[in-house]
Amino acid sequence: MSVLVTRQSRRGFLGQMFSAGTLILGAGPLASSAAQSPQPWMPNVFVGIAPNGLVTIIAHRSEMGTGIRTALPMLLAEELEADWKRVKVEQALGNTKYGSQNTDGSCSIRDFVDVIKESGASARLMLERAAAAKWGVPAGEVEARNHEVVHTKSGKKAGFGELVALAAKQPVPKKEELKFKPASAYRYVGKDVPIIDQDDIVAGKGTFGMDARVPGMVYASIERSPVYGGVLKSFDDAAAKQVKGVEGTVVIEGFKPPHNFQALGGVAVIANSTWAAMQGRKKLKVEWDSGKNATFDSAAFKKSLQTTARAPQKVVRNVGNVDAAFSSAAKTIEAEYYVPMLSHAPMEPPVAVADFKDGKVTCWCPTQNPQAVQETVGAALGIKKEDVICHVTLLGGGFGRKSKPDYVAEAALISKKLGKPVKVVWSREDDIRFDFYHTVAAMYMKAGVDQQGKPTAWLQRSVFPSISSTFDASSEYGFDVELGMGLVDTPWAIPNQRAENGPAKNHVRIGWMRAVANIYHAFGVHSFIDELAASAGRDRVEYLLATIGADRKIDFEAEGTKFWNNGQPLDKFPFDTARLRRVIQLAAEKSGWANYKPTKGRALGIAAHRSFLTYVAAVVEVEVDDKGVVRIPRVDLAIDAGQIIHPDRVKAQFEGAAVFGTSIAMMGEITAADGRIQQSNFHNYPVARMNESPMITNVHIVPSNAAHSGVGEPGVPPIAPAITNAIFAATGKRIRELPIKKTKLV
Amino acid sequence: MIKLKVNGKSRNFDGDPAMPLLWFLRDELTLTGTKFGCGMGLCGACTVHVNGEAARSCTTPMSEASGKSVTTIEGLSAQANHPVQQAWKQCNVAQCGYCQSGQIMQAASLLKVTPKPNDQQIDQAMQGNICRCGTYQRIRSAIKLAAGVKA
Repeated sequence: MSVLVTRQSRRGFLGQMFSAGTLILGAGPLASSAAQSPQPWMPNVFVGIAPNGLVTIIAHRSEMGTGIRTALPMLLAEELEADWKRVKVEQALGNTKYGSQNTDGSCSIRDFVDVIKESGASARLMLERAAAAKWGVPAGEVEARNHEVVHTKSGKKAGFGELVALAAKQPVPKKEELKFKPASAYRYVGKDVPIIDQDDIVAGKGTFGMDARVPGMVYASIERSPVYGGVLKSFDDAAAKQVKGVEGTVVIEGFKPPHNFQALGGVAVIANSTWAAMQGRKKLKVEWDSGKNATFDSAAFKKSLQTTARAPQKVVRNVGNVDAAFSSAAKTIEAEYYVPMLSHAPMEPPVAVADFKDGKVTCWCPTQNPQAVQETVGAALGIKKEDVICHVTLLGGGFGRKSKPDYVAEAALISKKLGKPVKVVWSREDDIRFDFYHTVAAMYMKAGVDQQGKPTAWLQRSVFPSISSTFDASSEYGFDVELGMGLVDTPWAIPNQRAENGPAKNHVRIGWMRAVANIYHAFGVHSFIDELAASAGRDRVEYLLATIGADRKIDFEAEGTKFWNNGQPLDKFPFDTARLRRVIQLAAEKSGWANYKPTKGRALGIAAHRSFLTYVAAVVEVEVDDKGVVRIPRVDLAIDAGQIIHPDRVKAQFEGAAVFGTSIAMMGEITAADGRIQQSNFHNYPVARMNESPMITNVHIVPSNAAHSGVGEPGVPPIAPAITNAIFAATGKRIRELPIKKTKLV
Repeated sequence: MIKLKVNGKSRNFDGDPAMPLLWFLRDELTLTGTKFGCGMGLCGACTVHVNGEAARSCTTPMSEASGKSVTTIEGLSAQANHPVQQAWKQCNVAQCGYCQSGQIMQAASLLKVTPKPNDQQIDQAMQGNICRCGTYQRIRSAIKLAAGVKA
């Protein structure tokens, strides 16, 4: 990350920070220097300190439930030595001055921990130096303590607010001058500070995108082509316009390939309420030219993916000589795995408010990526991205769906046409039918084993339509990101390994969903290792550890493998098999693996996976009753995510991942027939409910001094294979296709 | 003209009697704590109390709400201090928070009828409320805390 801690222009900062009408609005023209008027001082883009002592910290990443809107500001307050009770957090507008705001890929802490610490420490040092100058004492004799600076010898004190005018005159310290607090002095980091939005949420006062509202706003509900890429032929809106409250219709042009994050296109019904817009839409008569995707059929597509997966494909990792090792193996074992398309289904469907006026547009939306909103909306409207002002609301879930701002583009296009503010509300049916789907994937696996059942060769092939089709319509192969999520980075100490990737076309929009390609790769890889253990008649934890082998850092470069590693260098974030081993051992220990006595229908399963630079092992206990109903009494997750800022939110992310993973394992499936998505709402696209979720999820965090790694996503991948491995142990049924509900267990 | 009470206040409505109560609360009264999640009574995000009982406002037409007393999350307690709300804070239940109004309203309704629920009763009462973030474990803990039963 290259966000510099520099002195910020007052105008830029204030214009944004106090746009929501807080303390500074109406305070008159801005002075040129903080010293001349009682206004907040902004040592850098992330923090402002007012003469009354109020510290405002900017949250530039989106809050979709991870707690990031609390964790990063809290970290800044920590380094600033501010009193959290006197801190106000403001959500940033979209602006490149913060660096990336794309809240995606489990990287908010990883990418910004240093920048945020520097921002706090730099402001603290300036305050300390201001106090030393004020008192005429050496800088070494003063220190910031809980929102004031203290002269340690005399006990003299000055509040942060009193020091603002003087601090603003201090030069911005160089990075080398900054001193960071030792962990032992932390007052907030590592403690479980409640999320800042908790009181509002519990009172029903949190403002999500669905709750955004501006005066004079109308509502829009949009009819889109049921087939991806379909083109509007004709429509009749006479009946729609008869619906009370409906004001008219607006056509949104279809996208031009590649679809990127463009609006899909369609006919929008405009009304004076959400309900009237939805009712009017039902009365529309629309004809589409469905185009080439009208024959897309999931059942046939599955067969084609599986056929591709059975034949040799593009080699993306090659170690040793797999074919020779298969020839000399005592036994070879093959298996195929299949994971269907999935939909994100955040509880808040996509929604956006846009107000186009005088060549600029202001948007209020639940987005994971406000800068992508600026780019997408700017391109759609033919205006500069700087003329797109993006306010980020709370997100009612994101999971990757809300990284793609097509819904904001829709609102902006309609607002421009109507000349008034518009709120576009997606129904749940829209959400399920027009998602950027987590892709379907077919995997083929083959292993050669010796007389003792030890693997000597491992081949894995995966075939899936790629996310890259979002940006390049001709793309048919997986790209680095997808290949680096479990395909080229198996942790085995097997001398002969090959990974291959086959081509597949996209017939719907393919997107990234929480844990992305790790979902299907982890299911295949960790199911197959369990199959090998079972075939060898060995304890699965023991076999897993033996196959991972001696502690080492996998040298992908030496073996000639291109490994993405979440875009991070392997020296800072090595693939360290010792850390993987430790989480497996910890999960096994905490779950009581060694002494567990399986009974009929009740057993444990294990899977361990490194993703988003984090090591996770899951032990799941399942109970399959005589009707074949699966229950999950307990999940033990052991995780090593490096250093941790907010342990309670980390635990919450992994508790949630166990439920998200349960949905994927047990019930999630999106299919198409005649190019149309067949699911529409929670009755036919079920997600895990309380009674279907793990009863208890214990999260065991490995204390670590390693660099901060991901937390939001890495809990998901091992859940499904741990569940199916447990079902195998409990019932003898090996499940190679998700969701589990498609397999009769008794 | 449909007359009803919302959080103790008398309200009138003269629009489409088929319109769900949800949109009256949200679009007309700007009581946006009650959320839209599915429109089919499948997810529980829109849960309110109608005459004291939990109801899905997305499938309750205004005609049915006529003459009734509706309580939303905003009216559950004076200072957001209903025992269920307090327990929710103590257990740090919320992740994204979107479904939590509905969860809290459902849980408050459960405890009114069943002050000391067991796990089965909690499952039974809460399975209509989806949380995609997966906060169920903490919801269960918070309900038990509010009820004063052992976790």
